[in-house]
Amino acid sequence: MRDGPMPGVPGAGVPAAPGRGGRLVGRSVPRREDPRLLTGRGRFVDDIALPGMLHAQFVRSTVANGVIEAIDLTAVHEVPGVVAAFTAGDLALSDIVAQLERPEPEFVETAMPVLARDRVRYVGEPVAIVIARDAYAAEDGLEAARVSYTVRQPVTSAAAALAADAPLVHEEAAHNTLVDVSLCATDGIDEVFAAADRVVRVDTRTGRQNALPLETRGAVAHWDDREEQLVVQTCTQVPHQVRTVAARCLRLAERAVRVVVPDMGGGFGQKSVVGREEIATAAAALRLRRPVKWIEDRKDALSASFLAREQHYDVRAAFDADGRILGIDADVVCDMGAYSCYPFTAGIEPLMASAELPGVYKVPAYRVRGRAVATNKAPTAPYRGVSRPQYVMVVERLFERAARELGLDPVEIRRRNVITDFPYTGVNGITYDPGSYLESLDLCARTLRDEGWYERRTAAAEEGRHLGIGYACFSERTGYGSAAFAQRRMAVVPGFDISEVRMDTSGAVTVTTGTMSHGQSHETTMAQIVADELGLDIGAVRLHQGDTDRITYGWGTFASRSITVGGSAVRLAAGKLGEKLRRIAADRWGIPWEETALGRGRVHRRGDPAVTIGYPELADLAYLRAHLLPKDIEPGLSATATFDVFNDGTFSNATHGVVVELDEGTGRVEILRYVCVEDCGVAINPQVVEGQCRGGIAQGIAGALFEQVTYDAQGEPSATSFLDYKVPTAHEIPEVTIHHLETPCAFSATGAKGAGEGGTIGAPAAVLNAVNDALRATGVELDRTPLTPETVHRALRGLPEPAA
Amino acid sequence: MTDTDTDAGTDSDTGADSLPVDSSPVIGRELQLITLEVNGEEYEVITEPRRTLVDILRHELRLTGTHVGCEHGVCGACTVLLDGRPVRACLMFAAQAEGAAIRTVESLSDGADGSELSDLQRAFRSHHGLQCGFCTPGFLMLAEGFLAERPQATKAEIREVVAANLCRCTGYQSIVEAIDSCAAARREGEEK
Amino acid sequence: MKPAPFRYHRARDLAGATRLLAELGEDAKVIAGGQSLVAMMNFRLARPQHLIDIAGLRELDHLGTDADGALRVGALTTHHTVETAPPGTLGAEFEVIRAAMGWIGHLPIRTRGTAGGSVAHADATAEWCLLAVALDAAFLVHGPRGRRRIAAGDFFLGPYTTALDPDELLTEIVFPRPAPYAALTEFAARRGDFAIVSAAVDLDVQGASVRGGRVALGGVAPVPVRVPEAEEVLAGGGSFTACAAAAAAAVEPPDDANGSASYRKQLIATLVRRACEEAVSR
Repeated sequence: MRDGPMPGVPGAGVPAAPGRGGRLVGRSVPRREDPRLLTGRGRFVDDIALPGMLHAQFVRSTVANGVIEAIDLTAVHEVPGVVAAFTAGDLALSDIVAQLERPEPEFVETAMPVLARDRVRYVGEPVAIVIARDAYAAEDGLEAARVSYTVRQPVTSAAAALAADAPLVHEEAAHNTLVDVSLCATDGIDEVFAAADRVVRVDTRTGRQNALPLETRGAVAHWDDREEQLVVQTCTQVPHQVRTVAARCLRLAERAVRVVVPDMGGGFGQKSVVGREEIATAAAALRLRRPVKWIEDRKDALSASFLAREQHYDVRAAFDADGRILGIDADVVCDMGAYSCYPFTAGIEPLMASAELPGVYKVPAYRVRGRAVATNKAPTAPYRGVSRPQYVMVVERLFERAARELGLDPVEIRRRNVITDFPYTGVNGITYDPGSYLESLDLCARTLRDEGWYERRTAAAEEGRHLGIGYACFSERTGYGSAAFAQRRMAVVPGFDISEVRMDTSGAVTVTTGTMSHGQSHETTMAQIVADELGLDIGAVRLHQGDTDRITYGWGTFASRSITVGGSAVRLAAGKLGEKLRRIAADRWGIPWEETALGRGRVHRRGDPAVTIGYPELADLAYLRAHLLPKDIEPGLSATATFDVFNDGTFSNATHGVVVELDEGTGRVEILRYVCVEDCGVAINPQVVEGQCRGGIAQGIAGALFEQVTYDAQGEPSATSFLDYKVPTAHEIPEVTIHHLETPCAFSATGAKGAGEGGTIGAPAAVLNAVNDALRATGVELDRTPLTPETVHRALRGLPEPAA
Repeated sequence: MTDTDTDAGTDSDTGADSLPVDSSPVIGRELQLITLEVNGEEYEVITEPRRTLVDILRHELRLTGTHVGCEHGVCGACTVLLDGRPVRACLMFAAQAEGAAIRTVESLSDGADGSELSDLQRAFRSHHGLQCGFCTPGFLMLAEGFLAERPQATKAEIREVVAANLCRCTGYQSIVEAIDSCAAARREGEEK
Repeated sequence: MKPAPFRYHRARDLAGATRLLAELGEDAKVIAGGQSLVAMMNFRLARPQHLIDIAGLRELDHLGTDADGALRVGALTTHHTVETAPPGTLGAEFEVIRAAMGWIGHLPIRTRGTAGGSVAHADATAEWCLLAVALDAAFLVHGPRGRRRIAAGDFFLGPYTTALDPDELLTEIVFPRPAPYAALTEFAARRGDFAIVSAAVDLDVQGASVRGGRVALGGVAPVPVRVPEAEEVLAGGGSFTACAAAAAAAVEPPDDANGSASYRKQLIATLVRRACEEAVSR
C-alpha cells in the first residue's frame, strides 16, 4: 500500500461539489491542449508520415454540368513519380447516400458517388484519384489526365433551378427540388394577415459561404495487417459516421475500419459530413496496401469543398398597431449545390430554418415552406449556426422594419414581443426552456445607451456622418437529443452520447467521449467536469476522443451539443465511478455506502472526514487485490453512462448590439462598437465561452460584410484564392465586449447550454440592422449579405440594391 | 540519387565566369543539395528545387510545427523567421533560404526537453489566444519577429501586424491582447 | 498547389545574372523576393523552366539620397527596409514613399518583397508602380548591351508587361526630386488587399498655396496613369474636390467583380481628394 500524496491527486480537504460551485467548473482553467499546440508539437493530419506513404490528389471536373464521355489516364501513369491512378470504374465503390424518411416530393433521395461515374455536377467534383511518391508528382499527374465531357447547360442559381424548363441536376429530382416541406401552417393565418394593422415584408438573400477551417480537409489511410483493419486518420467532427460510410462504400465489416482523429485545425461544420475524398483515399490505400495521404489544397478547399448559407427568404409579418406580432408567413429556398450531404441530407438548412424561425418571439400564427434546391455548385454541409444566422437576420429585419413603419423604437418593439414566461411552447410546437431574452436585450441596449452611442449618433448626423445602431436578439437551440433530431426524420438519428470513465491503479482517470473537439477545448472542459465530480486535480484526468476503436460510439461534435450532451454523459459516468469507489470504501468500513462521500482524491465517512481511504488504495483493491472485494462488486474501476435529451433541447440566448459608421466616400462599413450579452447557462470555463463568442462573431461579420463564394454563368467558381474569398483579418474584426447572464439548463447534468454557434448567429443581423440604421436618412434599406462597400456607397446616395 | 545531375550545374552558382549554364528543359525529377540552418542546427537536404521552404521544413526536416494553410501567402500559418524577420515559408523555395538563419515555432520554448513555454507562449495561453491551434505557430513567429524589431509597439500597431495572418477561431482579440501583454511585460522587465 | 518543375540558378553578380538571362531566354524568370511569383507558380499560373535567383546581388540592396537630392532605391531593397529606414536615409521629403509601404500586403510580405520586383512585376495596382508614375521616377536597367534609363511613364506597357527586354534586369529606381507634399492612398475591401483604386498626388506648394501638381491613379487602367485633366485643375488654382472630380471624369475604369466602373469613378473622386488633403497636411 502506498502512502502519501501521489502526483496529480490532491489530499483530502475540500469536499467535491459538482457543477457550478465546484472547484473547477465555472473557472477559466488554463487549457490542457495549449502546451503541445504552442510548441509545435500538436499532430495534425498533414503532420503524419508513415513508412512508404504515398500522396493523393484528385482529377476534378472542369465543367459544372456534363456527361463524362471518356477518362484517359494513360499519360498520368507515365509521369515520373506517379504510382497509380484510379477512376470510379477501377474502385467500384458504393455511393454515399443520405436519407430522410419523408415521402416524395417532401424529399427526393439522390446518391453521391465517391468518384464521378458518368455525370459531373459541379466544377471541382472528383473524377479520378492520382497517387504518387510525393505531393508535387501527384499534381504533375493531374495535369496529364484527359477527361472529355459533353457539356450541358448548368443551373447556377436557385431561381434558375426552379424555372420551368431548367436542366435537371439529378434526373430523379423534378424542378431540381430535393426537399419541399411545410412544417407549419397555422389555421386561419391568411385571415390574420388580412385583418392586421400592418404587414411588413422582407426579401433577404445571403451569400454562399465557406466555413473555412484553416486546416483544410485531409486523410491518411493505411491497411493494418495485424489488426486486419483499414486505419483512416482524418480530421473529421464525426469519426463514427466516417467509419460507417467507409465500411459501406468499401463493403467491409465496420469492425475492419478504424477512424482516428488527430489534432484538428477547425471544422465549423464543414468536417461534420462525410467527404468523398477521404473515402477514395481509404480505397486507394486498401487497393495498394500502402499508406496514402490526401491533403486538400486551398484552391480545392475554396472551390470543391462543402459550402453553405446561400438562402433566399421571402417573408411577411403581420403586426397590430402596438407593434405586437400576429403572424409570420415564410418561403425559404436554400441553394444546396449538387449533392445531399451525409448524414444530414439536403434538408439540413431548410428544415432548421422552418422549424425554428419564430425564434425568441411570441408568434401566434406561422406558416412556412422550406425547399432545398439542387444546383451545379459544390454541395452544402452544415456551417456553424445552420440557417439561424439567416432566419435571425430575417426576423430581426422584420422587427426593425415594423418599428420604422409603426414609429416605434426598435428595442421597444422587441421588448413587447420576446418570450418572457418559460417554459413556452411556440406555434412551431417547440418548447423553449428558461432563458434571459428580455434581460439580455435590456442589458445590451442599456450598455450602448450608457456609453453615449445614441448621443454620438445624433451628433454625427448633424455633421453629415452616418452612424447607426443595430441589434439582434435571438436564441439558439442546443443539446439536440435523439428526440429533436428524430423530428427531422433523418434515417440516421444523432443525439445521445456515451462516456466511459476509468481509473487506473494510481488513481488517475481516463475519460472517453463521443464528441470530437476541434478547437472547443474539450480536453479541458470535460476534464473540469470529471475532476470536480471525483475531487481530482485536472491533471489527473485525461480525455480520449476521436478513435472509433477506443470510443464505444459517438455522434461527434456539431450543433453545440458537446458540453450539453457529451458533458452530461461524462459527468454521469464519473458519478457512477464515484459511487463504486464509495461502495468499496463502505465495505472496508462495514457501513452502508450512502454513509460515505467523495472528498479530494479520496472517500471519507460522512460526518467524520477524518476517516478516509485514498483513491490509490481503493484502486489497489479493485485491481490488484480484488479477492478482498465484496461479492457484489466487480473488479476494476470503470463506469459507463449515456446521456440523451428527451425533450426539445435547451436554448442558449443572446443579444448583440453594434454601432457602425459608413464612409460616404467609399461605402466602407466600420464597426465602432460591438457588445454581446450572452446566456449559455452554466459556463464550464468562461474564457472558453468568450472565445467561442468572439470567434463566432468574427465569422458572422465575415458573412455580413466580406465573404462570398461566387460563380460565373458557366458555373466556374470565381473566388478560388484568398485574394477573392475575403476572410476578414484583425484589421476588420473589432474588439467585442461580452457580458454573461446565467440561466442554467434544468436537465443537462451540468446546467450548461451550448455555446459554440451563438456568435455567428447574431452578428449578421446586428450588423445589417446597424447599417440600415445608419442609412435611415436615405430611405434605402439593404437586405442582402454580404454587404459590399459598393452597395453601401450606392445606398448612401439613395440608390437601392441592384436587382437579384 | 539516380536522378541527380550534378554535372549539369543544376545548383549553379553562376557568376560571370563560371561553369556553363544548363539551359535544357526540365524533364523528370531535378534534384539539388540544399543546406539550411534551422533553429541553430545545420541540415542538408537533397531535393527538387521546386520544393517550398515550408514543405522542406515539414516533410524533410520533420519540423511539423510550421503549418500550411493556403500556399499563396495570405493566411500566414507558415510564418517563420528568416534572419529574425517574419516571412511566409510557402512563398519561398527552400533553395532561396540557403545562408539564412531560419527559426520555427519549435525554437521558442525552453528547458531541457523544450517544454518550458516562453513568455510569448505563456501569454497566448493565459489570454486564450488559441483554440484549434492550427494558425498559432504562424502568429507566434509573426509576433516574435515583430516584437524583437519593435518592442515599444502600441496595441494598435500590434493589431495591424496581427492582421497579416488569418485565424478562424478567436476573432483575433485574444491574440492581440496576448501579444500586447507580452510586450508590456518585456518592457517592464527592461525597466527593472 | 505545388509548382511545376524548374531548374534553379543562383546569380553571383550583375553580369552573371544578365548572362543567365541571355542564355536561358524566355523560359527563364528572375526571382528576387518572389512574393508574387511564387504564389503564381504554386497555382501553376506561372511555370518558368528556369529560375534565376538574384537575391545575392547585394549591390542592388541600397537606399539613399544622392548629391542631387534624388532618392535612389536599389532593386533588391525590401519594402520593409524602406518602411523602417532611418530619417537620415529616407527623410521627410520622401515620406510619401515610406508611408506607401504600409499599403503593401502585410509585414511578412514586406520583409521579402522588393521594390524592383514589384516594378518589374508591374501589377496595375502596385504601390511602387504608382509612386514611380506620380513622382516622375526613372528606372535603371542593365543588360548585355549595357545600361539604360527608362522613364516611369514609358516603362509600363500593360498588365504584367514592361519595357524591359527579356535579358535586361532592373537595378535601380530613381526618384528625381523631393516630394514633401505628396501622398498615396487607396481603397480595398480589406487592408492589405490589392487596391480597387489607388491614388497618388505630388503637389507643388508655395507658401500656403497649391500651384500645381501631379495626379496618378492605379486600378483604373492596365497600367498606372497620370491624369493631366486633374493636374490642370490644380495648376489653375482649382479646389481639391474639383481636381478629384476632373480625375474621375477623365478616366474609363474597368467594370469587374471588384467594382463597377461607376463605383471606381466615385472612389477616384474620394481618393484623389483625400490624397491631396493628406499631402498638404504633411
